[in-house]
Amino acid sequence: MSLDAYKAEFDKAKPQRSKGEPARIGRARDEALSRFLANGFPTTKNEEWKFTSVEKIASRTFALAGSGEADRAKPAAKDVSPFQLSGAFGSELVFVDGRYAAALSTVGSLPKGVQVSSLAAYTAGQTDAIESHLGQVAPFDRQPFVALNTAFFADGALVSIPARTVVEKPIHLQFISTGQANQMAHPRVLIVMGEQSQGAVVESYAGPAGAEYFTNVVTEVVMGEQSVLDHYKLQHESNQAFHIGAIYVKAARSANCSSHSISLGGALVRNDVVAVLGGEGGQCTLNGLYLVDGQRHVDNHTTIDHAMPNCDSREIYKGILAGKSRGVFNGKIIVRPDAQKTDAKQTNRALLLSEDAQINSKPELEIFANDVKCTHGAAVGQLDKDAVFYLRSRGIGLVEARHVLIHAFAGDVLNKLPLLAVRKGVEDVLHRQLDNALRAA
Amino acid sequence: MLKVRNLHARVAGREILKGIDLNVKRGEVHAIMGPNGSGKSTLARVLAGHPEYEVTEGEVQFESKDLLDMDPEVRAREGVFLAFQYPVEIAGVNNAYFLKSALNTVRKERGLQELDAMEFLTLVRARMKELDMDESFLNRPVNESFSGGEKKRNEIFQMAVLEPKLCVLDETDSGLDIDALKVVSQGVNMMRSPDRAFVLVTHYQRLLNYIVPDHVHVLSEGRIVRSGGKELALELEDKGYSWLEQPAGAR
Ligand SMILES: Nc1ncnc2c1ncn2[C@@H]1O[C@H](COP(=O)(O)OP(=O)(O)OP(=O)(O)O)[C@@H](O)[C@H]1O
Ligand SMILES: [Mg+2]
Repeated sequence: MSLDAYKAEFDKAKPQRSKGEPARIGRARDEALSRFLANGFPTTKNEEWKFTSVEKIASRTFALAGSGEADRAKPAAKDVSPFQLSGAFGSELVFVDGRYAAALSTVGSLPKGVQVSSLAAYTAGQTDAIESHLGQVAPFDRQPFVALNTAFFADGALVSIPARTVVEKPIHLQFISTGQANQMAHPRVLIVMGEQSQGAVVESYAGPAGAEYFTNVVTEVVMGEQSVLDHYKLQHESNQAFHIGAIYVKAARSANCSSHSISLGGALVRNDVVAVLGGEGGQCTLNGLYLVDGQRHVDNHTTIDHAMPNCDSREIYKGILAGKSRGVFNGKIIVRPDAQKTDAKQTNRALLLSEDAQINSKPELEIFANDVKCTHGAAVGQLDKDAVFYLRSRGIGLVEARHVLIHAFAGDVLNKLPLLAVRKGVEDVLHRQLDNALRAA
Repeated sequence: MLKVRNLHARVAGREILKGIDLNVKRGEVHAIMGPNGSGKSTLARVLAGHPEYEVTEGEVQFESKDLLDMDPEVRAREGVFLAFQYPVEIAGVNNAYFLKSALNTVRKERGLQELDAMEFLTLVRARMKELDMDESFLNRPVNESFSGGEKKRNEIFQMAVLEPKLCVLDETDSGLDIDALKVVSQGVNMMRSPDRAFVLVTHYQRLLNYIVPDHVHVLSEGRIVRSGGKELALELEDKGYSWLEQPAGAR
């Protein structure tokens, strides 16, 4: 797709933007677009994109999903998601092709002051959360896809939990694609956690099998002092779809953020998670699990930026690669000069189920303080043949034995998913997908 | 029950078993002894169906069926059990979960009802008590950070739960202290029955004081070079292996 086509889409979308969108956002969109047009899509010459070519996205022509169609999508759209999570949530917002579908959504009863809604529904002056934070956490100057999202997002979700408020039931933001060919959506999510607030947010992404479309999402998370957020991203796009996602977290003093990334679908997937521990005593957990097979490609880039003293971070990423799939993991940990007494631990492991699968993984530690504890471990391996034989020698079938061992491998991440409903939902989907991957092998 | 005829097997491009003949009847206990590297574990693994070991000649019948034609899991379901010389550690797989799925697969195959969680627990508790094992083992990952002796005991425990017809014990006695050896031997003796047979691979006569064999075989360089009664083990204990002449054509 030529960059001109993006310019044309931009001009077309402009009159359709929600009325009264803050002028600041309008200016940011213009700036983001010109930044994107100036730099274009990243190439593999860009260190950040060394092992992931987005040529397949760049060379296609995508059109924005039309407005006003979200509610017209059949409620059956909800069934697109493979995750059986129902019943676990207090609020469930459904977004179809990036736009809020009120008729499919349940906001539920929420404590006073809590906002869980469509981003577009809010306009200037009505909410501080948007006015002060939207576009302020995810920088687009060096991130082409964040720039693209900033220029184009039409809607998305706002979750704002005021100070000293606890939302007991988890919130589900369900993003569904109708799967129209060559359609693109740029949903935006903003999560604002007030001081000492607490909540759990699950973002899930899915589309109909076989559909070729492009999702480019940006999530911004602002964590007030001592706030606690349990965040999940479940990615299960169609195996032909493109999914680029970035999560940016800014955490204040003693905030505690865990973000779990489960990536199971998509032809070409890139997940960026960037957490800045910007106050003393913060805690951050970034865990990830991905499964790729066939010719699919998934790239996970994480950055944990220890900017202040006494923060702890824990990170475990596990990948299961079958067929001719390709995985990329890059885990950056920055410990700034002020960040004494940092305690950072990173583990990343990949399990190759076939000889043709490949992983490029790289830990990147940038440590500028001296009194810190930083450990990282990386390993790539195959299923232990002796373990497979041991299980079989006790009567467990070959496929089952492999399942058991792969499940055990994924256990470090799965068993750490605090929401049981999510864990169960993910396990079921993982099991089914593994079945397919193992059968194809 | 088990008929091995002229069994040849190779691994990593090298022939290890060079024509084994062995006839094990129901109710019998056979001991297999022999120097390090003679092929005892190879024989055990070939019987259990380890895919790395390739049978190049000969045949093995188990209960009148072609054993070599079966996948390892099928052999297990048919009633073959191998207690490993080096039990494998399996991180992240809970011992109880593992044993329950193994037991229920095997039971299903034998036309028995699958056990529910309570029935399973009752069964394993009884077996653990007999083997003087702590129940905490159930909730640990399979063999992970078990001591050498604990691993061996866990093998016998699995055997007691799965109730196979043919039990092949590969140096289960090695690494056991004297008390553990007694407990394990007791466990084996309890399982002895006219319908069940045992093949014990061991280096030590000591074990055979507790589990008295009907036949003793000496394996050397991939062949059985001598067979006899339980006295043969005593003789070996006394004289070592060197007095046994090599069969013609070896090496
Ligand atoms: N997987 C394998 N790969 C390569 N060589 C093997 C393999 N398994 C066995 N061997 C070789 O086959 C020979 C016989 O080994 P085996 O383990 O059967 O001996 P053993 O009689 O059980 O010895 P020990 O008394 O020490 O247990 C040895 O030389 C061993 O190195
Ligand atoms: Mg051996």
